Amino acid sequence: MRRALERQRHILDFTLSSLARRRGRNLALLIVYTLVVFLLASVLFLAAALKREAALVLADTPDLIVQRLTAGRQDLVPIRYVESIARIRGVQAVEPRLWGYYFDSLSGATYTLMVSAALADHPGAILIGGGVSRRSEPGRPARPLGKGDVLPFKDADGGVLPLRVQGVFPAASELVTADLVLVSATDFRRLFAFPDGQATDLVVRVRNARERATVAAKISRLHPDSRPVLRDDILRTYEAVFDWRGGVIVLVLAGALLAFVILAWDKATGLSAEERREIGILKAIGWETSDVLLMKFWEGAAVSLCAFFLGVFLAYLHVFFTSSLLFEPFLKGWSVLYPRFRLTPQVQLGQLAVLFVLTVVPYTVATIVPSWRSATIDPDTVMRR
Amino acid sequence: MPARNADLFAAFLALGVLLVGLMLVDTALSRRLDEAAVGQRRAIVTTLTLTDLCLTTETRSTRHPSLADLHTPFQDHPLALDRFPSGSLMVLPPHLRPREEAR
Amino acid sequence: MIRLVDVSKVYNAGRDNAFVAVDGVSLTIAAGTVTALQGPSGSGKTTLLCLAGCMARPSSGRIFLEDTELTSLPERFLTDIRRRTFGFVFQRFNLIKGVSVLENVMLPAYPTGEPHAVVRQRALALLDLLGLAGKGSARVEWLSGGEAQRTAIARALINTPAVLIADEPTAHLDTTLSREFMDSMGRLKARGTTILIASHDPLVRDAPVIDRIVEMRDGRLVAGGEQG
Repeated sequence: MRRALERQRHILDFTLSSLARRRGRNLALLIVYTLVVFLLASVLFLAAALKREAALVLADTPDLIVQRLTAGRQDLVPIRYVESIARIRGVQAVEPRLWGYYFDSLSGATYTLMVSAALADHPGAILIGGGVSRRSEPGRPARPLGKGDVLPFKDADGGVLPLRVQGVFPAASELVTADLVLVSATDFRRLFAFPDGQATDLVVRVRNARERATVAAKISRLHPDSRPVLRDDILRTYEAVFDWRGGVIVLVLAGALLAFVILAWDKATGLSAEERREIGILKAIGWETSDVLLMKFWEGAAVSLCAFFLGVFLAYLHVFFTSSLLFEPFLKGWSVLYPRFRLTPQVQLGQLAVLFVLTVVPYTVATIVPSWRSATIDPDTVMRR
Repeated sequence: MPARNADLFAAFLALGVLLVGLMLVDTALSRRLDEAAVGQRRAIVTTLTLTDLCLTTETRSTRHPSLADLHTPFQDHPLALDRFPSGSLMVLPPHLRPREEAR
Repeated sequence: MIRLVDVSKVYNAGRDNAFVAVDGVSLTIAAGTVTALQGPSGSGKTTLLCLAGCMARPSSGRIFLEDTELTSLPERFLTDIRRRTFGFVFQRFNLIKGVSVLENVMLPAYPTGEPHAVVRQRALALLDLLGLAGKGSARVEWLSGGEAQRTAIARALINTPAVLIADEPTAHLDTTLSREFMDSMGRLKARGTTILIASHDPLVRDAPVIDRIVEMRDGRLVAGGEQG
């Protein structure tokens, strides 16, 4: 047993010395390899964490949201739809929602403005989210907004409507409240010149969860211009939102993979004459075929294992300690307001195992297989040359 | 005697495994620690009848992806890089993709 | 020590370019002796060395090492015996480039699983013995011809073999280095190593350390051995 272990260590020693001979090239390979693993792992971790978060936090999101489409575009929903929908069997309650997007030209940020029943008796007051409190105007010193501060809004007539901050949502809730501004219905109507008798959409509560689809179908039949969105749709959105197969991730990943394949190319296409000669020497001095194959295995495994652990660890730091810093430019895009939150890590052994198999195995195999034939040459070939 | 390459490498691997272990521990711990915050967020979602996480404020379709319709930048093709970078990372929600059976 | 009985080796047997390298050779090598194999190139010297050193199997005939018949042994055992019993010095040294002298010397011992420290000690002692003390960490490419030769000898001796086989060891060496080589052979003989050298260099043939000269031509023994 000890001999077997010592043999492994010896062969690994030689493999590492061998890799160090082409230091620059192997280092480049390792870096690109690590990058590929890093990107893949980052997306996997981010997606998994967000899925979990959404599943937990949006668990009680409305059963049904009813929107209205006019000429294929989202339109306002007449409040009279509330009565007709409430009469459908299975519907427990229907409520109109008043909300929209407000563009703050001074700071360049876009807020989600919502009417809250809590502020019904407090016109002129608003509750804001963390991202809104961090609002700053270019050229002005930034100072977080708090209770008592006044935020100037522009109403639909062009006039200024100052609203007083009554409270800020806690930092821990930024993932859902970062850009929220809750207002009273009066202020909302004034800001947007929102027509009476209309709502942005309707919230429907259904008695029995299994009836959601049926009720949705009934609503569609009752009002053909309506577009119901089920809770299941909402939850499934977040299960798929960062699918690694979509979007720019595919391009970046493809680029990294291409770089990787180029660097690893000469490994996969067979051994060079120099390598074959060296294998011949090893066999002549007493190495068996199995020893040579073991060396080849370690050649591939050493690089892949390094890349795997490095890539995964860096991805973890990236997603959960820097809030996916590298993806931020993409997620933030042209926007000004950006939420600040730390995602709860969601990493499972199963996930890592799949990642391991996907990233380590192919390269290791690509290193061993082409050397099979060379490894089996007769030891006397080097003598006869 | 200088440290052997193989032993250094083995130490590195051991460190790697340890780090992965730490990651798993951090996950478990964070879950427990964040439970209260998760509950708070969930309560807010329920009270305010919210439907989406605030991941970006760039466009309607990425701020409220579950409420978006097809006439937003995804119109041409889900993989098309539209004018908004956040759309290049976030994918078309499943209920907007073409399906075999009608709803 | 080593006994070859009516041994033949045919390469590419059954094909158009079939080539008989060794033809019906019988030879006995006594332990502790230095034997020189002489003959022009193409005479089968190298092949005979390979056969004697368990590097290749004969097409016909039998080979005995002490009392063990090698020709009937399976591959695994053969490699193990070769590793333990024989050390090879090649014509072109065949050292692994980019790797240190010490590691080159230790390489043949790697698959045996012997403890690293033990092998390292032996390697350092061998380097000392061959006048290469302090050159352990040098890159093989930086060595002079003589140093490379001595490294190759050290490598051949790392597993403390009973038999040293050298194929045209002085082919790329000048007179001084060739004489040094034969001196090293003398020192090894004094330690009890059996040595088999294939060479057409008269310097080797005339060296006092040689106990016996065997001549080959066209795969057959011409003089000095037992005819098959």
